[in-house]
Amino acid sequence: MATRDGDGEASLSRETDDLESLISMTDVERLKTAWRQEKAAPEILQFEAALIQRVREQIQLMEETIEDFVENSADPLTVSLYQMDLDRTQFLLRSYLRIRLQKIEKYMFHILNTDELFNRLSREEKWFAERCSNDLKMHLEEGILSKLPGGYQSILKQTIISEETDMVPKPQLDAFVVCKTKYFLGHIQLEDINNGNTGGGQSYRTLEEPLEMEPNVMHFVRYKPIKKFVEEGKIELY
Amino acid sequence: MAGQSDPHVSLFSAEELEFMAEDELVEIVPNMRMEPLNLLCGDYGPFFPQMVTQVPVWLAIALKKRGKCSIRPPEWMSVESLTRILESERESQDVFQVLPFHYVEISKLLFDHAPGDIPDIYMVRSLIEDIRDVRFHKFETSLESFEAARSSAVRINNLSAMEVNIARPFVSRALQAFYKHTSPDLVPNAETVPNRWQQPADPGQKRTLRKR
Repeated sequence: MATRDGDGEASLSRETDDLESLISMTDVERLKTAWRQEKAAPEILQFEAALIQRVREQIQLMEETIEDFVENSADPLTVSLYQMDLDRTQFLLRSYLRIRLQKIEKYMFHILNTDELFNRLSREEKWFAERCSNDLKMHLEEGILSKLPGGYQSILKQTIISEETDMVPKPQLDAFVVCKTKYFLGHIQLEDINNGNTGGGQSYRTLEEPLEMEPNVMHFVRYKPIKKFVEEGKIELY
Repeated sequence: MAGQSDPHVSLFSAEELEFMAEDELVEIVPNMRMEPLNLLCGDYGPFFPQMVTQVPVWLAIALKKRGKCSIRPPEWMSVESLTRILESERESQDVFQVLPFHYVEISKLLFDHAPGDIPDIYMVRSLIEDIRDVRFHKFETSLESFEAARSSAVRINNLSAMEVNIARPFVSRALQAFYKHTSPDLVPNAETVPNRWQQPADPGQKRTLRKR
């Protein structure tokens, strides 16, 4: 069939494209990927310190270049194109940083209580998270908690008998995300092994077959089972 | 504001999708001479009159707006190719044809900014609308089988960026609900944790779903 052949060629050329793009990817493209991932992931991801540093430097350099252009009264068309390129990159950078700040604001107590997450923040973000949570804590304690009966004064728990920190908003790791992989990934365990199926008779969910992910095929998957692949960069979120 | 699209509506706003699509490459035919552009997003040019060159869509549109080039619509945007895709889309209920990930956004951008450069534009536009409709209807129909699959993973091969973005809020919430209601440790949990606030708020939590 004619379309079949076309498909084969298309996927083949896409694979070689991927290889080439891996080698020659610009930092802006990397930033775009990081931005998209950060937007799509329920929890905060590792701060791309080196990448952000490089992009910042490139932006600064470009700003100087544009200033030079203007001083030397270069072709206004060229200047405006450089300016557009700069604006696009700055938008990406701002948006990336903002999404992270939004996540930090939302989950600050959870992040501060979880070393793994706290270590993903940049120095500035750590500072922000600490200041922000201190302020909110003080505000809530002065305004509400100090006026409640003894057992209800914790900012993290509903009452002192709560076993978990059940007043702390946490990211929904059970949320479903859209993702695909560049490599073939066999045996992705979809069930949470440690907290399921120990209850014996209660469990009526049969264990699912491990998922095999073919390259370049999109899936809706629960975030938790693929979390580590996302962190390792093997699976990309869309 | 940057980064502030409401996640309950959709993950990416229409503008953000368009922003991503604007980085895809198209061919342009400049009508002027210009030095190479060493941009942050890559190096393009040099530009010579009548010499075809590849640039990102945003750059093509910026040049087009100033009358400095004409845009060559990508090969898949021809009547012939689109007709073939539409036919194949209609033939199969399950398979989605391979189209560029940003086909909706790219075609919209070119219709808006370079209508004169697209041969048979009315035909092309209506073909793309038909393809969108057929594909979306197909996707909606395939949603019915999600429940039967009762799975933590659903394949959605060859869906485009816009299609994924529209489907995402509904589909991910539905899948999450399926997941939650079939969770085996949900019932014991509700008994052991003395969580007096959450129970009345969500009476449905304790009800076990009938096994299908």
